[in-house]
Amino acid sequence: MTARTLYEKVWQSHVVRDYDDGTSLLYIDRHLVQEVSSPQAFAGLIEQNRALARPSAHISVADHAVPTRDRHLPLAEGLAARQVARLIENCTRFGIDYIEMTDDRHGIVHVIGPELGFTLPGATLVCGDSHTSTHGAFGAIAFGIGASECECVFATQTLRQKKQNTMRVTLNGALQPGVAVKDIILALIAKIGTNGGVGYAIEYAGPAIATLSMEARMTLCNMSIEAGSRVGMVAPDETTFSYLKGRPLAPTGDGWDAALTHWRTLPSEADAEFDKEVELDVTALSPHVSWGTNPGETSPVSERVPNPLHQSDPVRRAKMERSLAYMDLTPGMPLEEIGVDHVFIGSCTNGRLEDMRIAASVVKGRKVSPTVTAIAVPGSASVRKQAESEGLDRIFLDAGFEWRASGCSMCVAMNDDRLKPGERCASTSNRNFEGRQGQGGRTHLMSPAMAAAAAIAGHLIDVRKLGPTT
Amino acid sequence: MQKFTKITSPAAALREADVDTDVIFPARFLLLLDKAGLGKHLFHERRHGRDGTKTDFVLNTPPFDRAEILVAGANFGSGSSREQAVWALTDFGIRCVIAPSFGEIFYSNCFKNGALPLVIQGEAHERVMRAAETGKPITVNLEAQTVVLPDGEAIEFEIDPYRRRTLMLGLDEIGSILADDAEDIAIFEARLRASQPWLFLDDGRLERLFANTRAK
Repeated sequence: MTARTLYEKVWQSHVVRDYDDGTSLLYIDRHLVQEVSSPQAFAGLIEQNRALARPSAHISVADHAVPTRDRHLPLAEGLAARQVARLIENCTRFGIDYIEMTDDRHGIVHVIGPELGFTLPGATLVCGDSHTSTHGAFGAIAFGIGASECECVFATQTLRQKKQNTMRVTLNGALQPGVAVKDIILALIAKIGTNGGVGYAIEYAGPAIATLSMEARMTLCNMSIEAGSRVGMVAPDETTFSYLKGRPLAPTGDGWDAALTHWRTLPSEADAEFDKEVELDVTALSPHVSWGTNPGETSPVSERVPNPLHQSDPVRRAKMERSLAYMDLTPGMPLEEIGVDHVFIGSCTNGRLEDMRIAASVVKGRKVSPTVTAIAVPGSASVRKQAESEGLDRIFLDAGFEWRASGCSMCVAMNDDRLKPGERCASTSNRNFEGRQGQGGRTHLMSPAMAAAAAIAGHLIDVRKLGPTT
Repeated sequence: MQKFTKITSPAAALREADVDTDVIFPARFLLLLDKAGLGKHLFHERRHGRDGTKTDFVLNTPPFDRAEILVAGANFGSGSSREQAVWALTDFGIRCVIAPSFGEIFYSNCFKNGALPLVIQGEAHERVMRAAETGKPITVNLEAQTVVLPDGEAIEFEIDPYRRRTLMLGLDEIGSILADDAEDIAIFEARLRASQPWLFLDDGRLERLFANTRAK
């Protein structure tokens, strides 16, 4: 048998049947259900009088539309309240476990899936959210789907899919202090483009991966979709296993041992071939920030706003001109001179404990610039609780940050956390699209350390330049 | 699902790459619970000024306000998985988007809703774009796999046979999986449960997990 990649192994172990037109029926083990992409899927089931194939394959939580303040109060009447109520109603009707907003285990789907041990190596996992690629950090095939596909998973526990090509991204070297995995993924997207990964399942490999925590691997896989790849994976190793052991829904006892034996067989074989290879030396990387309106429009923070006239491809040039007009930036301006009104630390990309620790370490003993409104939004109630037990909340609050409850918050601006037209934000989230953080809002993507530094300085700044604390 | 065989219509030209689903359908409208009636929010920020007035965006401009075809730049529909982007397009009346490449989830979502995302690249794409800009009708023929421009030029396109069939027959994918593959799925599931039992959670496992917090 030919040597197989991680993706191929997980894929093959989940093919129910191959059709003669090149598609396969793929069995789906796990499905995370949230309020935004599910109402129409449930409505479809009800309309067709269809039942759930396997209710225990799903867990549900409201994360996009929920407020991050006054969580003990009932939701204010309105569209968000109706959407959350509809989710609860549907989960009750179909027998799906629902995690309440006030529960200790509430959080963003992509933060709590791993925390609960719902996400497992070798599994197929889907969610009606493009950042489902996050879970690939565990060696799962995990991808975002639309509402119609959610409905298909509810009814059949399968999806008709075409196997993807494979791309290996080999990360060589080691990150320097002050440089984060967010800088790796931003640099990678700038290099291969926002559609560079379309049609491919990415596997991140190489010496730099072995040293990364699960949190960092999740950040990496999370933003695979920003390079166009629905799937981003990392082979499971001892870091993965020790993260999962003892998690509430992870296997236990003999079941754990059997699972572990299987999981150790998953990594790509040494001579497995990938359809495409990309290499990146991470040693040379410096902190990156985005300046445009897609995550590929990113540069090292030490550089200047690029000049569209230097872009030879007319389509790219036009896109760049549009981006700079929307972002109200002038070519040639140093990126570090860009002032910000808001700072957002959180999201399924960078809302985990490690992110909170790093951001807190930057703001400790400092004050948020008086011109900046800064919020820290833990990705889950459990992250919030753990951060508080370490005193991180005090550090943020003393510095002038607001300390919020878990949810997607200002990453998607579906609750009250949004920018006003023209406002500018240094954000640890994943998308800097037009209007992403609120109509007319302007987003600069960066790592938690860099966003924390921007909060202090009041403008974009290389975090390594911040002097000693006063 | 509505069948797609052939449409003839003026095509709206959107000379822009990387049009993401946040631009196609801004997130604040995702709070709406229904599929129907989303067309009014399609490209909301592009079609409406801050004061609510209509802009000169192509879809506001006759004859393109009734276009059934949209011609766009590369990487159309990138970003979020929101199927609302497709529901808004079809509700507006657009059933075919022609672009050099698409965001994958958007691409897949189109086929669930009787809409055709058509990949045409290079010079041919430029000719379609220019033809669209004239406002003269273009024909997209899925059966013949051609796009016919106003000057009579027929551009052939490739499409997955399964995707093509789904659209032409207006197939209910869930219905056909349930009708044709239910037995295979059951057999597969039993086998997977035996070989990787940890992938299966007992019914009510989470319920028991939360028993304590819920009792409070």
